[in-house]
Amino acid sequence: MKDEIIIAGFGGQGVLSMGKILAYAALENDLEVTWMPSYGPEQRGGTANVTVILSDEPISSPVLDTYDTAVILNQQSLDKFESKVKPGGVLIYDPYDIHRAPSRTDIRVLAVPAMEATIAAGQAKVYNMILLGALLKARPDLPVEAVVRGLKKALPERHHHLIPANEAAIRSGMDLVP
Amino acid sequence: MKEEVKLMKGNEAIAHAAIRYGADGYFGYPITPQSEVLETLEAEMPWETTGMVVLQAESEVASINMVYGGAATGKAVMTSSSSPGVSLMQEGISYLAASELPALIVNVMRGGPGLGTIQPSQADYFQATKGGGHGDYHLIVLAPSSVQEMADFVGLGFDLSFKYRTPAMILADGIVGQMMEKVVLPEQRPRRTDEEIRRQCPWAITGKTPGRGHNVVTSLELDSALMEKNNERFQATYREIEKNEVRYEAYGIEDAEYLIVAFGSIARICRKAIDEARKEGVKVGIIRPITLWPFPYEAIREASKNVKGVLCVELNAGQMIEDVRLAVDQNIPVCHYGRMGGIVPNPQEVLDALRRDFIEKA
Amino acid sequence: MTREEIIRPENKVHARPKLLLDKNMHYCPGCSHGVVHKIVAEVIDEMGLEHDAIGIAPVGCAVFAYNYLDIDWIEAAHGRAPALATAASRLNPSKLVFTYQGDGDLAAIGTAETIHACTRGENIVIILINNGIYGMTGGQMSPCTLEGAKTATTPYGRRHDLNGFPLKVSNIVSLLDGTCYVTRQAVHTAAAARKAKNAIKKAFTNAMQKKGTSFVEIVGTCSSGWKLTPEKSNKWMEENMIPFYPLGDIKDTTKES
Repeated sequence: MKDEIIIAGFGGQGVLSMGKILAYAALENDLEVTWMPSYGPEQRGGTANVTVILSDEPISSPVLDTYDTAVILNQQSLDKFESKVKPGGVLIYDPYDIHRAPSRTDIRVLAVPAMEATIAAGQAKVYNMILLGALLKARPDLPVEAVVRGLKKALPERHHHLIPANEAAIRSGMDLVP
Repeated sequence: MKEEVKLMKGNEAIAHAAIRYGADGYFGYPITPQSEVLETLEAEMPWETTGMVVLQAESEVASINMVYGGAATGKAVMTSSSSPGVSLMQEGISYLAASELPALIVNVMRGGPGLGTIQPSQADYFQATKGGGHGDYHLIVLAPSSVQEMADFVGLGFDLSFKYRTPAMILADGIVGQMMEKVVLPEQRPRRTDEEIRRQCPWAITGKTPGRGHNVVTSLELDSALMEKNNERFQATYREIEKNEVRYEAYGIEDAEYLIVAFGSIARICRKAIDEARKEGVKVGIIRPITLWPFPYEAIREASKNVKGVLCVELNAGQMIEDVRLAVDQNIPVCHYGRMGGIVPNPQEVLDALRRDFIEKA
Repeated sequence: MTREEIIRPENKVHARPKLLLDKNMHYCPGCSHGVVHKIVAEVIDEMGLEHDAIGIAPVGCAVFAYNYLDIDWIEAAHGRAPALATAASRLNPSKLVFTYQGDGDLAAIGTAETIHACTRGENIVIILINNGIYGMTGGQMSPCTLEGAKTATTPYGRRHDLNGFPLKVSNIVSLLDGTCYVTRQAVHTAAAARKAKNAIKKAFTNAMQKKGTSFVEIVGTCSSGWKLTPEKSNKWMEENMIPFYPLGDIKDTTKES
């Protein structure tokens, strides 16, 4: 098993922390994992992305040119990464603010209205968890239980009371994928 | 603390490994992309547990001189920085080498020259392996390619540096500093006691001890004949290190038609390129130098004997390639694929370079 | 009387301090370093700190202090002594760690390290020998050179419009919360040397009691650099240096407790 994932959007959308929770979940599930962020001032509002590789074998390159799975949160990232998804791969994107939808037909494209769901729920902070839920449904690499255990590792203790809300968001995200 | 499996950044692994090694002190100054080392140490508060001293200094110049002062007292002390900061440290590093002091310096390289970029680079290879500061000296230079090696090389670096009484450097890059991976952190070791330090480091500035004259740690010797003797002693140590401490990793070299030489995280990108090439029937192998000084000349000479070409892949304009050329028989072509300014090539681009330079020409 | 009759223990009125090694010093005649070395050696011995003292030597005339004082020494890079002292002291908190620096070393290239060691309140002693000149390199202007003073790099006298004003380091560090004791002394007379000795003893005591940074400036002479005889150097110092760098305690927070 190997899943080479890119998560990309604006800084502040929770791109890096979504990747981090995924990475912790992989660790909980005894998988090999690398988490390679774009780093620096980008984290503060420009575009941000993170490459997460999950595998049951040792991972060579943490830097990739093509991906099995892409989770895309803005137009710039869609423009940049749509062509980098391997044929047969999965592209999950939030159509909110997207004016040029993906056109690939050799991959599975999933529009997940996470922003709408977030606004409806009135909880801005769980936005990335809704998308994580969608990812877990589309790519069942990891059970939700492992992700919840990963959340516990990724979040500082003072935020542990938020875990139920995050878990609910993950499950609602899963429901957004047919 | 028992051995533990954790998921963390390379920079964080450096900090945890230092505490668990029983390091006595860390002195550093913030700079991207390595600030997590100092941040993690301050958050872990090892002064409450192992007694390790952690101090944010006023500059890299002060940091390295704190390391110098601490190392002179026989303590296991370290600093970390990134390229521009390490340039500022060169004076102190030369003094450490000249005073035959053990110390660990971590450089998580970013793109230069000048203020450059905060993105990954390997452009400090010359600085790390060929001197960097003034005078004839070498550092033991370890190049980690994984978060695990970031952790492991803290202990290895300290051990080698105490064994040979010469400073060691972990020459990492922004990729391995910033990426998170699984890492096995070793069991906590106790810090050495003052008694152990007096016994293991009779040269240390511990305060005059009954039974010995006063100790002086200095790099100054105005008598040229004596200064030459000092230099000869340093060189003899370097020859010993060259004999005993060369480390490298080889992959796919047995049947290789082409050989890649790359270090640090770039070697992993190359390894993926090699796997892709082999799927297409092109046999490529890699030597990854782990010690950049001493350099694995012999291993590269041996591995390149029967290949059609050698490709040196680096995040710079061509630095390690000079050592690779020294190792490879002159009839075998050696090419360079380098990216600069913080650009990291992906496996496909490495494969393209291999095709362009060798396969399509053959 | 023969020589043998004179050299007898009962006739001895003055001895080399135990911790001052029996070596010819390289200092010029009239230089203040010799007197300060002797004082430091005496104080360490009197306080029983022979095995606990760690000295940090500078780059400058006192670079070879480690050849004269029989304690453990580290020779620092130019200006960096307070950084070395910081680490040596934090890693060996039971030791007496002190730096011994000139004004070129401390007040020019080492300003940052000095200010920051003082503001962190490191439990160390910084001894500054201020003779307003770079002695070792041949008499160039230092930050502490007086206006009008002729040096190798101010051959027509220091001018503030060209070279800036002289730096009163002790006054600067006295403003920092980390310093507990800042004093300016001299050693050109027996009386002055006695006061300087008391100041150094107090500073060393503060360090051992973890009271913060003590800063002892000694206004000194440089006959070679000033191009004056030792006697005239002392007079010039009294007439020019001391009015600008007045002697006495500048700060002492240890009195209150």
